[in-house]
Amino acid sequence: MTNAAAPAAAPIVFENVRLGFEQTEVLRGINFSVTPRETAVLLGETGSGKTLILKLAAGLLRPDSGRVRVLGRDLGEMSERELLDFRRQIGFVFQEGALFDSLTVEENVAFRLREERVDESEIAVRVVEALEFVEMADAIAKLPGELSGGMRRRVSIARALVSRPSIVLYDSPTAGLDPVTSQRIITLILRLRDLQGVTALLATHRLQDAFALANFRFDPASQRVLREHEDGASGGPKTRFLVLRDGQVYFEGNDRQIRDSGDPYLAKFLE
Amino acid sequence: MATTTPHETPPEVAPASRPLTTVVNDTIKNTLLSVQDYTELAWQSIVNLVSPPFYFRDLLDQVDVIGVGSLPIIILTGFFIGAIMVLETAAQFQRFGTTALTGNAVSLALIRELGPTITALMVAGRSASGIASELGSMVVTEQVDAMRAMGTDPGRKLVTPRMVACVAVLPLLTGVADFVGLIGGFLVAHVTLGLSAAEFWHHAIDAPGTNDLIHGLSKPLVFGFIIATVGCYKGLKVRGGTEGVGRATTSAVVIASVSILASGFFLDKLLMYLFPV
Ligand SMILES: Nc1ncnc2c1ncn2[C@@H]1O[C@H](COP(=O)(O)OP(=O)(O)OP(=O)(O)O)[C@@H](O)[C@H]1O
Ligand SMILES: [Mg+2]
Repeated sequence: MTNAAAPAAAPIVFENVRLGFEQTEVLRGINFSVTPRETAVLLGETGSGKTLILKLAAGLLRPDSGRVRVLGRDLGEMSERELLDFRRQIGFVFQEGALFDSLTVEENVAFRLREERVDESEIAVRVVEALEFVEMADAIAKLPGELSGGMRRRVSIARALVSRPSIVLYDSPTAGLDPVTSQRIITLILRLRDLQGVTALLATHRLQDAFALANFRFDPASQRVLREHEDGASGGPKTRFLVLRDGQVYFEGNDRQIRDSGDPYLAKFLE
Repeated sequence: MATTTPHETPPEVAPASRPLTTVVNDTIKNTLLSVQDYTELAWQSIVNLVSPPFYFRDLLDQVDVIGVGSLPIIILTGFFIGAIMVLETAAQFQRFGTTALTGNAVSLALIRELGPTITALMVAGRSASGIASELGSMVVTEQVDAMRAMGTDPGRKLVTPRMVACVAVLPLLTGVADFVGLIGGFLVAHVTLGLSAAEFWHHAIDAPGTNDLIHGLSKPLVFGFIIATVGCYKGLKVRGGTEGVGRATTSAVVIASVSILASGFFLDKLLMYLFPV
């Protein structure tokens, strides 16, 4: 990592970010920041702009106005060429996986390492390691077309974490999956958070996933997922909720606060 | 999940209420913007050649897909174009008693004009559409964004290899089409006019001069560039799901074909001036 100088600074900061298409403005002044090792959960209805926010955070889109700072750099001041290099520090799990469908699972996961001219022997080790992490080592020679939706999502997580990024952006990682598969993916995200300490921004419209992230942690000693202590004293604030509404951050707080808010809009969300 | 409440849907301007001048203005503006975008993509595809990273494997794959893949269709069309030309003109040659010149006529027409144009149009139909739909699906399924997210420039990885492959392969395919066209022409001339192989091939090979060959083989370079860059541009600009991919595919073929014919006209003018025959 090149920007380790200021660990106290928030790795992801949005300042009054606006973005629109043709006649409609989708994001109307987004403000929030994600602190180191924290998982921020972006909640919002379909079409509320979750994907847009993640793409802005990765510099894949540029805001109409406002600033996006990631790892201390202002993305607006960087050229596309600088951004290409910069993005190697960020892992992105796309909504539908976005695996390259002409490449095998192995080639997909190894893609970034091959681009960086990493030694083939090391690539082999790290690809297997990443695939074992998501329990997909058996599928190494398959094509994405031969995998189920949940398997594709897991390979996509392996591809995002193979380069050991310090920030991971998850776009609706459980959308359209059954509860069992969703739970497996949430477990993976917990492991990544609690074993490797990544900072994450996770978009979802499923509140139960957000609560699962807030209420559970991965215990390295027993290698199991445990419930957080009821008093919340175990590991400090690891999960924060950001609820989007009308192109702005409507609510910001932890799981307790969202339950106790008594806000009619959030209540609709909780059902 | 919450449903929309009235203030959540922003007021939309109905398209019908826009005055005609605005519509015309917007159309002109959008067209100019597209031309600018296209020019930038086309220029960048060349600029990428002077600095690494290069993607040789992707280039070889594309040479295979576009070049080898187009061979059968090029051989078929080339053959029939030559055959039809002789068939159509045989009567004229007979009337003036100049059947010996059949080889001349077929060879010149093929090498200077029909070979390059027909080949380019066939490859446009096959590859401009193929490129547009492949890249378009990659855009729609976020694979292009995934590539950028992993630090890879889609221009270098996707556009430049296709451009180089098309430019390299089109003159070769044109040469094949010319040659097979002559064979087709000869067979028909032999059967209908009773021309001997020596008579036909002697004239066919002698007729075209160096400048004819320069004409015939430089145009495909430009045509190949057009096919690849138009296909890539249309593919990478896809919006709106699979339906958008379909539309991009069609318009890639239309735009590439029209551009080939139009640029062919101006290239002819230019080449006549530079390499008079
Ligand atoms: N390229 C684009 N052109 C025009 N409008 C767009 C574009 N991308 C997104 N939008 C619009 O922006 C809004 C937000 O899109 P976004 O994909 O961020 O939603 P989302 O919150 O991720 O929804 P979902 O939960 O369904 O994934 C949508 O109304 C969408 O129509
Ligand atoms: Mg989305």
